[in-house]
Amino acid sequence: MDYLTQQLINGLSIGATYALIALGYTMVYGVLRLINFAHGEVYMMGAVVAYWIAIGIAPWGWPVWGALAVIFGGAMGACAVLGFAIEFFAYRPLRNKPRLVVLITAIGVSLLLQNLAQTRYVFGPTPEAFPAVIEAKTVVRWTMGGPDNVVTVSNLDLLSLGLSLGLMGVLAWVVLRTRQGLALRAVSYRFDTSSLMGINTNRTISFTFMLGSALAAVAGVVDAIRYDVRPLMGLMPGLKAFVAAVLGGIGSIPGAFVGGLVIGLIETLVKGYLSSAYSDAVAFVVLIVILLVRPSGILGRYEAEKL
Amino acid sequence: MKWITWMVLAVGVWGLVGGCKDKGQRGSSSEILIGEFASMTGATATFGQSSHEGLMLAVEQVNEKGGVLGKKVKVISEDNRSDANEAVTAVQKLISRDRVVAVIGEVASKRSLAGGGVCQQYKIPMLSPASTNPTVTQVGDYIFRICFTDDFQGGVCAKFAEKRGWKKVAIFTDVANDYSKGLTAGFKDGYQGTIVADESFREGDNDFKAQLTKIKATGPDAVFLPGYYTDVVKVVKQARQLELNVPFFGGDGWDSPTTLAAGAVMDGCFYTDHYSPDDPRPAVREFIAAYQKKYARTPDAMAILGYDAGMVMMDAIKRAGKSEPAAIRDALAATKGFPGASGTITIDEKRNARKPAFVLELKGGKTHIADTIEPG
Repeated sequence: MDYLTQQLINGLSIGATYALIALGYTMVYGVLRLINFAHGEVYMMGAVVAYWIAIGIAPWGWPVWGALAVIFGGAMGACAVLGFAIEFFAYRPLRNKPRLVVLITAIGVSLLLQNLAQTRYVFGPTPEAFPAVIEAKTVVRWTMGGPDNVVTVSNLDLLSLGLSLGLMGVLAWVVLRTRQGLALRAVSYRFDTSSLMGINTNRTISFTFMLGSALAAVAGVVDAIRYDVRPLMGLMPGLKAFVAAVLGGIGSIPGAFVGGLVIGLIETLVKGYLSSAYSDAVAFVVLIVILLVRPSGILGRYEAEKL
Repeated sequence: MKWITWMVLAVGVWGLVGGCKDKGQRGSSSEILIGEFASMTGATATFGQSSHEGLMLAVEQVNEKGGVLGKKVKVISEDNRSDANEAVTAVQKLISRDRVVAVIGEVASKRSLAGGGVCQQYKIPMLSPASTNPTVTQVGDYIFRICFTDDFQGGVCAKFAEKRGWKKVAIFTDVANDYSKGLTAGFKDGYQGTIVADESFREGDNDFKAQLTKIKATGPDAVFLPGYYTDVVKVVKQARQLELNVPFFGGDGWDSPTTLAAGAVMDGCFYTDHYSPDDPRPAVREFIAAYQKKYARTPDAMAILGYDAGMVMMDAIKRAGKSEPAAIRDALAATKGFPGASGTITIDEKRNARKPAFVLELKGGKTHIADTIEPG
């Protein structure tokens, strides 16, 4: 029992960051029908910005909560600007071009950001440990069965899960209760019609990119603190979050969240009960199975292709 | 706007053609050109930086004494950004454009295998300072190394585990890495106790908690972790969070300032290595003093191996009597009892060096010798 519980905690802790990244994929797909492949790099840039902020404020010796607030806030702000810029410069000029053109541009943006991050002016190619803002320590510890059957939850697991749940709540409020959220839903429902109804679609799309990028930044900062910062760190989480978004039903916001947690759990349970060699493969097998069996995902709605 | 594009293209093509002009016969210049490909940046940057510093120290010392065959030695370095594909490009550049007579590199076996293929194809001798995977020198008769191999190193780890009385050992291998797989194979061959778990990860993975939870459930006495320093510290930190508090031990891939900088979290862990900064032999003391004078820090094993690789290579060129690749190859193959700083180096018929291994224990960000194991 202790074994399964610990594995579930491990899985949810990873899944929480996948979920945050997946939200950005799914929202952008919702409004533009575009898989924004540069999204994993926005996550990476969040980690990079957080790294520089953490180094910058280190000499002042702020209390943990103040430092974390500034680091998270700064990274979210910077990535929101980055998300806006990516959309404005790379995708907006191609708004009425075939979708394939935009998709290839997205891959180009992704490569551009990866290589920019590898230059010394942005970050450099060498992985760096995150400055010691918050030390990992066990905050919940209980025994199940015998004294050796310990289950531990670290403060970083709680940070990851807490932020993920909290931000999902904030996002639900923004999408369901604000005017801008209403516009977002309208654009994602019918792009052309909503613009006829007086919705500023360009502004709504920019808003979507900024929102999604800020969420990816949070995931980036959490992983930077837990692991380290490296210019290619966006690759795998980006792909897995994409799988999560498809699994949950691309275009569906709650679906992306559930999908992220499910992918994290699947990955961990495969490592824990089958073989660690297959864990990455399984994530992609899930993608193929979902596309074959239920293309609309767990929570997605089926949309007939208009011919 | 179109003419601007064409002009830029034209200038670019002209620049490329100009840059590719033939530099004439290999080895005929007024200097002896040795190429080096190393991971100066990227995931395992400290490997390349350390071996590069060691090599440059060796070349500086030899040039101060008048060089080799009356010529100065010049090293041309290429960074491969810790990437095997980049390593191929780097070696091709060194051989075709810079026309070097010999190549030194790499630390990582994966990149030595990649670069070695090119060297063998062009018949340029390559000397690896620290690649321990057995297949590296099997690429061909132009590929050499001055360090021990993974099977030997894995066997040393097995012997050490038995000496410590560890009866149940869990293995945690990086399956994306030839080096790691080689050590695991060597360990499994030599170890008499029970292997209670055989788990794996991939270079670049960040979260190891699933596997570590699994390993913990099998109750091992110690965990064999033949990884590189980038992953080792992360693995051990996450293990301690899960209260998996047994010792971890591994190979020379642990050797890096990063491992030492992790401090107390690595206490009570062990790794095998080519050298120890505590070694009292005069050759080692002299090397450490010279290195500290030039770079103001204590050299790690990659630095001393880079130094020895340079010294062995320049000695071979001297014995060859001419700076021609084929003659240098024959001289390298005949290296016998060379007094290197990392130990006496003899190249055997498989183009490998036979040397003893140290087992180092980590404590408070420092190492001390726990054991020395001779080649059997």
